[in-house]
Amino acid sequence: MSARPLAVFRGSMLLRSLTIVVVAGVVLIVVSDSLDSYRNLQLAYGGYYFCVLAGLTVLAGSSGQISLGQGAFMAVGAYTFCKLNAAPVAWSVFPSLVGAVVATVLVGIPVGVAASRLRGPYLAGATLAFAVGLSALADKFPTFLGGENGLSVNPPTPPSWLGANFPLERWEAWIACAGALLVLFVLYNLTHSAIGRSWRAVRDDEIAAALAGLRVGRRQTLAFVVSAACAGLGGGLLSAVLQLTSPGAFPLQLSLTLLAGAVIGGLGSLIGAVWGAALLVFLPNWTNDLANSFSLSGNVSHNLPIAIYGVILIGAMLVWPSGIQGGLRAIGQAVRPAVASRGGRAASEPAKGEGDAEPTKDEGVKASRP
Amino acid sequence: MTKFIDLTLSGISTGAIYAAVALALVLIWRSTRVVNFAQGAMLMFTTFIASAVISSGGSYVEGFVVALAAGFVLGAVVERVVVRPVENAPPLNPVILTLGLYTLIVAIAGMIWGNTPRSFPAAFSLHGYTVGGTTLLFTPNDTFIVLVVIAVAAALAFLFRATSIGLRMRGAAFAPEVARLLGVRVGRMLTLGWALAAMVGSLAGVLVAPSVFLGPNSFDPILIIGFVAAVLGGLDSPPGAVVGGIVLGLALSYVSGYEGSSLVPLAALVILVVVLMFRPTGLFSATKERRV
Repeated sequence: MSARPLAVFRGSMLLRSLTIVVVAGVVLIVVSDSLDSYRNLQLAYGGYYFCVLAGLTVLAGSSGQISLGQGAFMAVGAYTFCKLNAAPVAWSVFPSLVGAVVATVLVGIPVGVAASRLRGPYLAGATLAFAVGLSALADKFPTFLGGENGLSVNPPTPPSWLGANFPLERWEAWIACAGALLVLFVLYNLTHSAIGRSWRAVRDDEIAAALAGLRVGRRQTLAFVVSAACAGLGGGLLSAVLQLTSPGAFPLQLSLTLLAGAVIGGLGSLIGAVWGAALLVFLPNWTNDLANSFSLSGNVSHNLPIAIYGVILIGAMLVWPSGIQGGLRAIGQAVRPAVASRGGRAASEPAKGEGDAEPTKDEGVKASRP
Repeated sequence: MTKFIDLTLSGISTGAIYAAVALALVLIWRSTRVVNFAQGAMLMFTTFIASAVISSGGSYVEGFVVALAAGFVLGAVVERVVVRPVENAPPLNPVILTLGLYTLIVAIAGMIWGNTPRSFPAAFSLHGYTVGGTTLLFTPNDTFIVLVVIAVAAALAFLFRATSIGLRMRGAAFAPEVARLLGVRVGRMLTLGWALAAMVGSLAGVLVAPSVFLGPNSFDPILIIGFVAAVLGGLDSPPGAVVGGIVLGLALSYVSGYEGSSLVPLAALVILVVVLMFRPTGLFSATKERRV
């Protein structure tokens, strides 16, 4: 193969991201075809977790802001989805999801404007209060939002052209994965665009960025709103998959778990969000199995997953702050010079910016290219 | 009118508890530039220890003292073992670390004592004073709470302003290198700061436990509101923390009394956002350039 098509491929971000999304989509369809209904459900969970984690990881990694309120944004998306999808409005699944994202963006804008004025612990505390405070609304409007019991929707019906016996769980997995791929596509392009560069500029040095003509507050608000939209889509997908939305589904614990997932995956890396989502899906199962195999008491086994999240968060910060993807990147960089010099092109390898969100992704793609 | 007076009085006593939590957060922030999101879990844990002491036959005073001692030790251990390595890390790392600590402590408490909330005894009677035939919502126990918090705040003020060890702690917090050159054991002072803060926090836990019941997650709202109080006052200012706590206690008491208790977290959020919109570093903080 000549170098020219590759160069075109390398030059067009849109083309490259589309290829990634299409390939990932095909892989996901093939995989979900071979999975049983329970595994498909897990795939669906992974899909909506990925949406939220990807938004969070871009926010924290690229823009340098932290949000402990992603669970609340999920709740906004989930409740909107239920209101739109259920009886009086009765939109179908995809328009309802769009509505969920729109509603979350509308909520996210004022929160993002407030967030862009806050730094570090003040921002963390404000979003924490947001995560706790918002759930009070469900109690305040029991008839509209269903109070403690929440709202429910009918399960999404697979379209008829997929065949009469198409399993519900597989369709749910497809919906969730479609959302995840959309998030991947949008965020991949955003972080590689001028917007993503401006986020990183703002993250690294606000004053220099402002001198260079960037409106720091607006950039940060935009990052916050984008991550809120991702969380809203994740929340909408959650209620589409679970068919139930209640205040109990969005405790403070959820927001902290999401943060744990993003940190462990590796902040700033979209692949890291995949690791994080996988962890959030499988960890409760593993710990349950662990608790059962040691026949631990109810108190212990019930709290074991939470304890493990805690240990992982602490351990990650003490030993491995860059997360799984950061670790893989370090291994990759250790291996690469050896491989490259064998090929005699070590000098042509450009130096990568440290702490940058995106080299990861590039390297992942390059490495897999023949 | 009686209701207003009742709400004001109960607002003062809950405000005193928020002030204690805020004080704990401010002490830690001043000494190590870390917001201790694990504070709520730490004071929950020490209150459980007090509860265990009392339920196994100890008196209230013994439980009280054990809780404070446990808080002191827990604070020192946490600072020395897990917080010290991230003190000079990027600001996101300590936030995540203390959140992890919060998660872990809550889980451990759940493993040991179960997730069902239990009652906790009060120091004094929970029947309100009777004035001119009407029973007020203010109880002897509330008097105890307010007096204890005032005493602690005064003791801390004395410690920091009038003693040599307080001076050394301030030096270690604000100019660690100069303090070290002058012979102050900076690390030890930071550990002491955490220990004192955790002790104040565990005091708040014992004081609030009779009114909220005691469970692994039952102090989460207290932490959030204590944090809001600390931010209201400005994280750097202990007097600000006390004022913020009392003001917030009153405001939330009115919200709870007139609009319903489910709106309290939301009201705290609204107050926090409104204050931060106008003073992004709190009401009592000295205005200074943002660090870049």
